[in-house]
Amino acid sequence: MKTIFKSLLAIMVLSMVLGSCGKGDSKKNGALSGNAAERVYVAPGEYDEFYAFVSGGFSGQLSVYGLPSGRLFKVIPVFSVDAEKAYGFNEETKPMLNTSHGFIPWGDSHHPDISQTGGVLDGRWVFINENNTPRIAKIDLTTFETTEILEIPNSAGNHSSSFVTENTEYVVAGTRFSIPFPQRDMPIKEFKGNFKGALTFIKVDPKDGTMDIKFQLMMPGFDYDLSHPGRGDSHGWFFFTTYNTEEANSLLEVNASQNDKDFIAAVNWKKIEEYVNNGGGTKMPAKYAHNVYSDEVHSATSTMRDEVLIVNPSEVPGAIYFMPTPKSPHGCDVDPSGEYIVGNGKLSADLTVHSFSKLIKAIEEKKFDGDAYGIPILQFEATLAGVVKSPGLGPLHTEFDGKGNAYTTFFISSEVVKWKLGTWEVLDRKSTYYSPGHLMIPGGNSGKPFGKYALVMNKITKDRYLPTGPEVTQSAQLFDITGEKMVLLSDFPTIGEPHYAAGIPASLIMSKSKKIYKLEENKHPFATKSQSTAKVIRKGNEVHIYMTMIRSHFAPDNIEGVQVGDKVFFHITNLEQDYDVPHGFAMIGAQTSELLIMPGQTETSIWEPKQVGVWPFYCTDFCSALHQEMQGYIRVSPKGSNVPISFTLDGDALDAE
Amino acid sequence: MKKINLTFSLLAVLALFMVSCSGGEKKQEVTETKTEMAPEGKGQSAVIDDVSAANALQVAKSLDDFKTLVAAIEAAGVEDAVVNVGPLTIFAPVNAAFDKLPAGTLDDLLKPENKSKLAFILVNHVAPANYPDSQLKKEAKKGRKLYMASGKYLLVEDKEDGIYVGGTKILKSVKVSNGWIHVIDNVLVPAE
Repeated sequence: MKTIFKSLLAIMVLSMVLGSCGKGDSKKNGALSGNAAERVYVAPGEYDEFYAFVSGGFSGQLSVYGLPSGRLFKVIPVFSVDAEKAYGFNEETKPMLNTSHGFIPWGDSHHPDISQTGGVLDGRWVFINENNTPRIAKIDLTTFETTEILEIPNSAGNHSSSFVTENTEYVVAGTRFSIPFPQRDMPIKEFKGNFKGALTFIKVDPKDGTMDIKFQLMMPGFDYDLSHPGRGDSHGWFFFTTYNTEEANSLLEVNASQNDKDFIAAVNWKKIEEYVNNGGGTKMPAKYAHNVYSDEVHSATSTMRDEVLIVNPSEVPGAIYFMPTPKSPHGCDVDPSGEYIVGNGKLSADLTVHSFSKLIKAIEEKKFDGDAYGIPILQFEATLAGVVKSPGLGPLHTEFDGKGNAYTTFFISSEVVKWKLGTWEVLDRKSTYYSPGHLMIPGGNSGKPFGKYALVMNKITKDRYLPTGPEVTQSAQLFDITGEKMVLLSDFPTIGEPHYAAGIPASLIMSKSKKIYKLEENKHPFATKSQSTAKVIRKGNEVHIYMTMIRSHFAPDNIEGVQVGDKVFFHITNLEQDYDVPHGFAMIGAQTSELLIMPGQTETSIWEPKQVGVWPFYCTDFCSALHQEMQGYIRVSPKGSNVPISFTLDGDALDAE
Repeated sequence: MKKINLTFSLLAVLALFMVSCSGGEKKQEVTETKTEMAPEGKGQSAVIDDVSAANALQVAKSLDDFKTLVAAIEAAGVEDAVVNVGPLTIFAPVNAAFDKLPAGTLDDLLKPENKSKLAFILVNHVAPANYPDSQLKKEAKKGRKLYMASGKYLLVEDKEDGIYVGGTKILKSVKVSNGWIHVIDNVLVPAE
């Protein structure tokens, strides 16, 4: 009613305006397009146009934002425990964080990348790497949960990861730190020539995304910093930036900056794949965990692998080349056509762009300039497509808009610079606040970017927000890149370090988002699918409670016969089959997190009561109007007590009519 | 607050109008002032979800027996309450139950001016709790009355031929995602 009134009023006023001025024609002008607030405003109840999966960096997680609003929707636990979601706390997800070093509660997540088919985002999975204890995780974009984590052996500081090839044939993980291969007790100063850098090619099952290491390429002991796949004509190749080709092992800030040029390694993975498929490579002992979460049993399993296939560059001549690139290149970005490979020399005054077609020609014409450990070094000029002259200071990363433009971040001069592929001219520059690392254009690592927004992720915040003590949140800044000049629209806080991000149009994935888990498909070994079958069973000092939850009670909710020194397992099934109705569970004194159980799911929490008494538990998620009534009691008797196990609801047995 | 906003918009529009007449060419911005207002949201009953188990309103809407009840729910504007996470137990009168009311009663209740009266009668059929038939039997056995969303209490009786609530027999029970529907063939008109 009010809306109608407003519209009428607007029409009246409008007609007054038009009538009195007598000229009705109007066209869009700069005043409208200059309205940044309007362009990031997503009205209540409306949806964002893009999902942004923003790495949590040293939080170890992956956050889900909407663009252009910058609203945070979810933090997906990946490499760090998350007490809110019981990730790494409940029995079902503990195996996800298992490694060859045992259970690890924290990780450092860096580069998310979305799966592709035919060089275009397909929105099935996000892959993300863990730097510290090298691992690659896969997040399912129907459940928005981590469903697989694969540890990478023979790697350290898993940084040039986890980028996918154009049909998600492989996820690639390169080591930042070279290490002895095989690992052994040896003097550090004997690094040179003895340490190796593993580039790991992980095969992805096209049906379910299961990851499996196909081979590890054992490269010279440089630092492998970032990487990107070829696409189009360069599909089948992968490019890795290197620094510390000096092979220094101390004070790298000086010693790794001695060489005038380091390399971009060009790896013809199709050639190596063929070699491996024909029986090439050597199986070597290794120890690494492969952790898989199943939505059927709502549980993860961890399997320890003991072997990996190693390929040495010398075994496959003609598969690997070095392209000299000035001054410790960091970002290694391939344009949507696959022709240009941009090397951002951190310490270089210029951006170096290599050409794939020139690379192939130079190889054919053998335009070599010596070799490094037997790997041919191409002549610098032979592969050079062009140089972007003095675009800024401290170039790090480049993304593309699909319209022939590239956008590069500059850490030291704190700006993002737009330049043109082919002519190498600088078209625009905008300050960022402060010191950007990566930037992200949705679909930026694919043949088809969605060049509407660029999200620039800054490392330094200082005075940009209300101060919160010595630690201030790191920021992401959203630019509109549809015009000739970039326009800064907004600036929003992030979790941990927003190291890198991957974006995708919401329309490609939102309809596939899961609403509930079907109870009849729940194959958890401790699932309880109806209230009448709930039970409590003692096995020695273990007490297994098979419990259900539905608005607004637990069944059973009164349990007796538990003793001090028992190990009590709560196996709880949420019987709801309704979207967005999780229930929580918390037990007083339990040395673990809460449980947060989705409709149709079963989770397990362990409690070891240490004190005699009657102890309550309750639902932690405000589930319903009677949420405060959703509670129960457990009687804990002294060890050896003769109080028998009993369990009831409303004073009766659960199967009583 | 809305009034203030509206007044403000109006002033903004007028201001623009004046600018545009003197300056000559910015008229299109008149429409811009509309975006100042957040649109009115639809309630939870407008959520599209064909995956979850059906809620009480979705079940009622799918059955011809509840045509009158659904019409009454809509007339009273309580659709959103009926799809709420609840839990809710609804004693749902079939169409014939409304026919038993004195002539003209239903038509009268469906008039806009009687909206709150109709809503009061409807919520007298809703218990804010989860009562499957097994639980209703226990309520009867233990002599516990049902507290209804109207603030009134209903008597539950476990008789030889079935469970009675407020003096009328439960004909059938249906599990819904947000609770239970028990079908009855009388309207439970609360005592004033």
